[in-house]
Amino acid sequence: MQLLHEPSPQMIKDEKIYQEMGVSDTEFQMIEDILGRLPNYTELGLFSVMWSEHCSYKNSKVLLKKFPVTGEKVLQGPGEGAGIIDIGDEQAVVFKIESHNHPSAIEPYEGAATGVGGIIRDVFSMGARPVALLNSLRFGELKNPRVKYIFEGVVSGIAGYGNCIGIPTVGGEVQFDPCYEGNPLVNAMCVGLIDHEDIQKGQAKGVGNPVLYVGASTGRDGIHGATFASEELSEESESKRPAVQVGDPFMEKLLVEACLEATKHPKLVGIQDMGAAGLTSSSAEMASKAGSGIEMNLDAVPQREKAMTPYEMMLSESQERMLLVVEKGSEQEFISLFEKWGLMAKVVGQVTDDHRLKLIHQGETVADVPVDALAEEAPVYHQPSIEPAYFQEFQSQAGYRPEVADYAGTLKDLLRQPTIASKEWVYEQYDYMVRTNTVVAPGSDAAVLRIRDTKKALAMTTDCNSRYIYLDPYEGGKLAVAEAARNLVCSGAEPLGVTDCLNYGSPEKPEIFWQLEKSTDGLSEACEALATPVIGGNVSLYNETGKGAIYPTPVIGMVGLIHELDHITKQSFRQTGDIIYLLGEAKPEFSGSELQKMTEGRIFGPSPVIDLETEKQRQQDVLKAIQSGNVQSAHDLSEGGFLVALAEKAFGTPFGAEVTLPDADVLSAFFSESPSRYILTVKKENKAAFEALIPEAQAIGTVTDAAEIRVKDKQGAALINERVQPLEDAWRGAISCYLKSKD
Amino acid sequence: MMYEVKVYVTLKEGVLDPQGSAVKNSLHHLGYEGVEEVRIGKVMTLRIEAEKDTVDAQVKEMCDKLLANPVIEDYTYETEEVVSS
Amino acid sequence: MKFAVIVFPGSNCDLDMYHAVKDELGEEAAYVWHDETSLEGFDAVLLPGGFSYGDYLRSGAIARFSPIMKAVEKAAAEGKPVLGVCNGFQVLLEAGLLPGAMRRNAKLTFICKQTELEIKNKSTMFTTGYADEETITIPVAHGDGNYYCDETTLKKLKDNNQIVFTYKDDINGSVANIAGITNENGNVLGMMPHPERAVDDLLGSADGLKLFQSIVKYWREQHAITS
Repeated sequence: MQLLHEPSPQMIKDEKIYQEMGVSDTEFQMIEDILGRLPNYTELGLFSVMWSEHCSYKNSKVLLKKFPVTGEKVLQGPGEGAGIIDIGDEQAVVFKIESHNHPSAIEPYEGAATGVGGIIRDVFSMGARPVALLNSLRFGELKNPRVKYIFEGVVSGIAGYGNCIGIPTVGGEVQFDPCYEGNPLVNAMCVGLIDHEDIQKGQAKGVGNPVLYVGASTGRDGIHGATFASEELSEESESKRPAVQVGDPFMEKLLVEACLEATKHPKLVGIQDMGAAGLTSSSAEMASKAGSGIEMNLDAVPQREKAMTPYEMMLSESQERMLLVVEKGSEQEFISLFEKWGLMAKVVGQVTDDHRLKLIHQGETVADVPVDALAEEAPVYHQPSIEPAYFQEFQSQAGYRPEVADYAGTLKDLLRQPTIASKEWVYEQYDYMVRTNTVVAPGSDAAVLRIRDTKKALAMTTDCNSRYIYLDPYEGGKLAVAEAARNLVCSGAEPLGVTDCLNYGSPEKPEIFWQLEKSTDGLSEACEALATPVIGGNVSLYNETGKGAIYPTPVIGMVGLIHELDHITKQSFRQTGDIIYLLGEAKPEFSGSELQKMTEGRIFGPSPVIDLETEKQRQQDVLKAIQSGNVQSAHDLSEGGFLVALAEKAFGTPFGAEVTLPDADVLSAFFSESPSRYILTVKKENKAAFEALIPEAQAIGTVTDAAEIRVKDKQGAALINERVQPLEDAWRGAISCYLKSKD
Repeated sequence: MMYEVKVYVTLKEGVLDPQGSAVKNSLHHLGYEGVEEVRIGKVMTLRIEAEKDTVDAQVKEMCDKLLANPVIEDYTYETEEVVSS
Repeated sequence: MKFAVIVFPGSNCDLDMYHAVKDELGEEAAYVWHDETSLEGFDAVLLPGGFSYGDYLRSGAIARFSPIMKAVEKAAAEGKPVLGVCNGFQVLLEAGLLPGAMRRNAKLTFICKQTELEIKNKSTMFTTGYADEETITIPVAHGDGNYYCDETTLKKLKDNNQIVFTYKDDINGSVANIAGITNENGNVLGMMPHPERAVDDLLGSADGLKLFQSIVKYWREQHAITS
């Protein structure tokens, strides 16, 4: 029989084979208690993936509970494929972000590509039409050849999948820091649009209803991917290579169209993506959510390879597969629907009422376990938490202030830092225009897509300055949410909600768990204050290599609504003579800044502190000013500070700026990254109206015809006198320059 | 008769092969300065049930029609009879 | 005037083409599925961009054998305007309706950006609307846009005025910076840049609209003569 080469239940227990699957002694005992007997190899496999951190959030659940998840516009919070927020007119926006870090570290192209494929399925499984992709990427320093290889591979993998499937990749962020050298982060976000009436849920209701398997056949690729994602990366990870799946965007393109047609079919009961833990998670979760059970005949599962065992079929993470439950008697209608798109659909099982996942293979029952035990009853851990020594040290290092003699030279150097430099090299590889709705393309604070046949548009961004979160997880967490919202506001949007991707090291280390705890406190507080509920997301732990953990990196994906197309605002200067306003004050805080990183080669000291009340007030003010038609351009001040932001506003335009600094502290005014700040430009004739709306904004200069950045201090002494072109060249060319250099 | 056919498709001589050039440069970077040229192509493995005297003509036709683009690509192939075990 | 938008499995600019014709140009458009065999009743044929059949063998190589391609060839032979954009251009090349072939971009990476095109022939049925422009801005989005043809073909293209658009800067390695060519007859145009993405200033350029308007103008003139 088929299990010949698999260890017997007794062997699994005696030889502790379960440990190889990431199941602890205690967990194994729990499984034994649940079943009232020893699990066989297949059953153990089911538990091991469903109880992995990736699927069960067993280490993070206690913290995720803190997030605000409701709001009057929230139609679907966490728990389904993706969250949903109402945008009026019976329409809603659906979005989610997910990590594919470990696969991308091993095989960058396919790892990133399948990450994109997976998040798209999460969105269309809700019944939504995917309309945009974003990403958030972290790599080591671009000087390292392996890092270059991973960076190039990840970018082309994202491009390869997104471009082929025809969903525009409209935005994202890339940050480089040594802590990500062996453990890059690849977080992909998908945004979809849906009519309220089409919202679907992944539920297996109705005893006797057939379960349909749709899409690509099952191979041995990706077995144990979810478990793999829940372990630290090591030398051995290389040899676990088979765990990486290969994507087929062409198949997924057909799958999107066919599934969207299926979701309009009145006899569809439930639909879910076979993502992490493949057939296991989709079947167990659909049954558990519906309070039912599922019986599957594994012989009916389309198989790409010969002699696959039940264990392999259930744990495979082959891509481009969906599980559907349809009303009894309608199966042929669905099979024909999928055939029209050239896709295979097969009945592989049925809904039962016994709350169990029962698997039949070659006439024998090979697994019989309670679905709730798999999907809902994974152990929950509250890991011990210790404030790390580094944090205490940083807190005592206030007052760091670098020496800067040459402002212009420093500006140029900052513009060349890969984290600040233009990401053109990246986004020109993405088709960001397909479907012709992209109004604001990558490179501005947020991407903007019009919603066809309405006057509305959506703004979207991903953000996370992990340096601040490392220095101070609580303040940094707040800063990340605030910056994302600020980016949306700059584009003229009202922030609606958040999807988060929590990337951290091993939660079993108390210092790391402390980072998780504190940063989620900060995130929750900011989401609450800014009225942006968390409607879904993903947790990726164990992002560590032999050299240590990554910076805590809770990436914030945020979507906002622009009520009128006229409100769409870009970051660039628009017209000579416009008045330049600065909103918010620069404090002498440089810890964690790009300047500190560049000068010292590392970051230390306390992170800037944000006042959420001020942040909220300014966001409201800026949005109001934009909506009243008084703002020509808006840009938030972030990495690099004021000078970098001012230069960025001139890039890609024929204009320059002439500015007189109101502050006496030039260094802070130029390079501090204090939060809650904006540069806005306003037409001369709107001066009074604008100042009435935002009295605290300071007029600091004007947009000029001459393409030069000229900054004077209060006394009239010239501080900066630079032509824009050389600055822009430095900024635009930096990344390809790093990639070309041999060392 | 069952045949296993390996079809090799390469860019025609004289047609610039950007992938090949990139790989050549990369090999040079790794210290293999002696590499004068790299051409990248495709290998396709086909299993065909056919009569002995027609298999060759069939494969040629497939190459001309679909597997290679005669404007920029050349092809060669090897045919081997599969002996069923 | 009625435009057919051909849809292959994997086409992904079909929707953009459809909206350009219907919403911006204000003419009739309908999708035609790859397995249909007739284009009866259509006045012009549009082959959109995308990755037909995943472009897994060569871009456009599998799509050219779709049942609808016989009808496309027939429309081309009848002198109807046939426009292939991006993947559509690749399909036309593979089908032999246009000379030459596509290779991977010289830099090997996909490239998506606004590009400046020089208009080399303003008297085709696709370009009469550009009397006042020397250059236009139209975006590209392709991985295999590196046009190739041999010397003889290039000479022929030049002699017959078949080169319609060239890139102002070399963006992908194409022979003679070629961005778009017609057949000898001048009624089949293949181009890598996407005019259907440049029909609305809100999205960055409306320079592509005149291309579609030129087709309509040509058709109206023909129609007036024959009816």
